[in-house]
Amino acid sequence: MTVPSSAEGDTLSKSLINAAAPPRTFLARFQRWEWMLVGLIVIVVALNTALSPYFLDAQNLSRTSSDFMEMGIMMLAMVFIIITGGIDLSVASNLGMCASFMGWLFMAGVDIWIAALAALALGTFAGFVNGTLVARMKLPPLVVTLGTYAFYRGVAYVLLGDQAARGYPEAFTYIGQGKLLGTLLPFSVALFGVLAVVFGLVLHKTTFGRYLFAIGNNENASVYSGVPVARIKVIIFTVSGFMAALAGLVLAARFGSTRPDIGNGLELSVITAAVLGGVDINGGAGTMSGAVLSLFLIGLLRFGMGLLNIQGQVQGVVIGLLLILSILLPNVAHTFSGSGRKLQRHSLWAIIAFVVVFIAFVAFFFWSREAVLIK
Amino acid sequence: MSAQTAPRPHRLRAIARFREAGISIFILILGALVALRAPAFLTMTNFKDILLNISILSIVALAQAMVIITHGIDLSVSSMIGLVAMMVAFVMKQSPEFPVITVVLLGMALGAALGALNGVVISYGKVPPIIATLGTLSIYRGMVFFYSQGTWINSFELPRSFKLLSKGTPLGLPNMVIIALVFAALVYFFLNYTRTGRDIYAVGSNPEAAQMAGIRRQRVVFLVYLLSGLASGLAAVLWASRFESAQTNTALGFELQTVAAAVVGGVSISGGVGTVPGVLLGALLLGLIENALPLVRISPFWQLAAQGLLILIAVVVDNLIARSAKGK
Repeated sequence: MTVPSSAEGDTLSKSLINAAAPPRTFLARFQRWEWMLVGLIVIVVALNTALSPYFLDAQNLSRTSSDFMEMGIMMLAMVFIIITGGIDLSVASNLGMCASFMGWLFMAGVDIWIAALAALALGTFAGFVNGTLVARMKLPPLVVTLGTYAFYRGVAYVLLGDQAARGYPEAFTYIGQGKLLGTLLPFSVALFGVLAVVFGLVLHKTTFGRYLFAIGNNENASVYSGVPVARIKVIIFTVSGFMAALAGLVLAARFGSTRPDIGNGLELSVITAAVLGGVDINGGAGTMSGAVLSLFLIGLLRFGMGLLNIQGQVQGVVIGLLLILSILLPNVAHTFSGSGRKLQRHSLWAIIAFVVVFIAFVAFFFWSREAVLIK
Repeated sequence: MSAQTAPRPHRLRAIARFREAGISIFILILGALVALRAPAFLTMTNFKDILLNISILSIVALAQAMVIITHGIDLSVSSMIGLVAMMVAFVMKQSPEFPVITVVLLGMALGAALGALNGVVISYGKVPPIIATLGTLSIYRGMVFFYSQGTWINSFELPRSFKLLSKGTPLGLPNMVIIALVFAALVYFFLNYTRTGRDIYAVGSNPEAAQMAGIRRQRVVFLVYLLSGLASGLAAVLWASRFESAQTNTALGFELQTVAAAVVGGVSISGGVGTVPGVLLGALLLGLIENALPLVRISPFWQLAAQGLLILIAVVVDNLIARSAKGK
């Protein structure tokens, strides 16, 4: 993981900083990070098996793995985008727009498969719009996709309002609910598996994949080396749009209905999975296997906590902590071990002040809570 | 993200000036059009409504703007509002005799503590702002659920004095509007006339140069997240007072609106540029659209799409002006 700086101004100087930074001693290598993820998965599985008898159940695991496949499908394209140093906040809204468009067409009497194809086309076009604004107009991806995040979700609401589209035929809901003939493997998991292999091969074994890393490491240098940067960006955002639409179909099929708020907030889970998987948010580094491992880590963690009756929102605390700590811990270790810098007196006072504030907050948090809840 | 493609700061400053004029004209034209179709728009009650609606947004958007000026982003504001609103409401339910001013200070302190955590992780822990605040967005929201155990505080559980905090009009205008105006004035003074305020711009437009000029970059970055938490805490108290309740989903998704108000108001996402009047106009424009849609009988379902479109138009127009200024 390269050193992520809080207020990065200039990519050129950034890459210089990164080049000058010594290699980490702790959690340094991505290969190691993947083993770390494997280790965490083993711990989660072991803990959950000890805590709940329902965890290691083939039926349960099969059902729960299909629960986060929409996330995974979107994550594959997100990994491409983040590796180039970009971000796509609009994926979940695009998912909502496409699923709503399909539902809207279906309710208007269009055949479900034609409606699904139209939704895929719409999502691909929406991704193309993102890509064009980012690459051709040279706008920051964060703002562009924040705008389309609101716009695409808005279109979903305009299409369906407070209605829900339902009554999808069984042949369609198979995409989200069905299992491969004679096995426990859900169709959506198989679909994700195939796509993950394809995306992994493209990222790590093709020139296109090398270009993605090159753009993320130094965009200007890539331009001067003849990498078609703009075209590649348009392509990956378009692919991201297509994948969002595909995830929309899978999710609508799993629910058997579509409401305009479908998949709301999923973009954050998708980015979390990618970053936790070791994809550098500043671009230039990451592996597909790491991202896929972290997807399963999050999925299994959530499933296990669900079995322990922990609310979905409270589970978010654990996922959020995991996300921050995965970057914070290596940074802190680096600061204290690598440079051998001594702690200055004023920073010691700052640390003490912060710890006091933190403890005061936590104390107040529990005290004020008990006072009301116990009554 | 790709900062090197952004135009240079001095050109952006020209855009910021143009932006204030541009939005003002846009607001006037939009207002005139709405007034033509719906005379109810041009009434004192409606103006007061708009001002009430954008007070909370302005406060948080100004703090968000300071964060964005340092080339950061704070996605956790909505969760900080939700958490502080719930904690404050719990305190009010438990001890209704508490003076309201203490509650306001308590809310700001709680918010500042949450913001300080963001600040430490981002400035000293060197975690990219978008990741850190994405994490605390879900951490703080999860804490709301854990804190309240899924329950919420209703209007009848809150004392009257607390509800009047936002709506009372001892000075002619609702208190909340006055609080927002005072807050805006303080931020204006802070950003333009204090050394730390200028440092915020310096850190955002060129971090390395700022460091070499002797600005303690980490401290400035820490400070803006602390202030963002403080503003969110203040907003939380006002939110609970205005809507007379605290729920687990209070302010859910509000972070988008604060970023939208800042960006529409001419704050550059690449850092270094943004003004207080611009952000206020951005918030006013968002509030105007929210207010006007039902008046001209457009389905409120269009509101989100309109907001998104507005952000896109704002950045595209910026870009076109920057290009023409460059003489392309």
